[in-house]
Amino acid sequence: MSSYVLIESRDPFESRDTQFVVETAAELKRRGNDVKVFLVQNGVLAARKNARNSHLPRLAEEGVTLLADDFSLRERGIQTGELFSDITESSIDALVDLLVGENTKVIWH
Amino acid sequence: MSEKTLTLALMDPPYESANSTTAFRIISSALKKGIHVNVFAYEGAVNLAMKDQSPHPNPVKGTTVEEEDHPTTKNFISSLVEIGKDSPLLNWVNCGLCVDERGAANAVEGVRRGGPADFLKMALESTNTLVIPTR
Repeated sequence: MSSYVLIESRDPFESRDTQFVVETAAELKRRGNDVKVFLVQNGVLAARKNARNSHLPRLAEEGVTLLADDFSLRERGIQTGELFSDITESSIDALVDLLVGENTKVIWH
Repeated sequence: MSEKTLTLALMDPPYESANSTTAFRIISSALKKGIHVNVFAYEGAVNLAMKDQSPHPNPVKGTTVEEEDHPTTKNFISSLVEIGKDSPLLNWVNCGLCVDERGAANAVEGVRRGGPADFLKMALESTNTLVIPTR
């Protein structure tokens, strides 16, 4: 089993190519890998629990771990209590720990 | 505990994308954790370290250079070079051909010229490699 970290920086309401992350993360998870999606920059805009048509609930249903960068959330006025319940607020420090973890592959999108 | 090294490839030019800010945050965090960092700046990212950058006033608001306290990417890099001057080490390489194309040879101290072969070596010798591409 490998660990995958997919860093999503894009706003899903601006570009439909965020579907790439959904399909890639879900398929990697189905194949038995540990998969985390780290939302950063405009990638956090789908993290609000009242966001319509967010792609994130599907990822949670697939068992993908969802993390959101605290700095990016605050920049965009998103508070912890506004987050979709399956998203954990995280940090760049935590991302760096993931990046140097054993047998970890990382993709920036 | 064995030493760890993180390599980043950057491509965005300064003042264009939040990618640069996030990259600086990752580099800073890694260095503060004692992780060595390699950076290969490619394409427009070679301008991040260009020494000729200067802060500016804001004529719309009527504020001075000092009041604006405008951050420059060259200053961010100089600060990171200072943190990573020994151990952990920050090894920042600008793509030489990209530098020549852009006339961006005047870089801040701690930034050296190299090529894609440096990036390959960095990646092979690192714990992990993160490529942050332009869109």
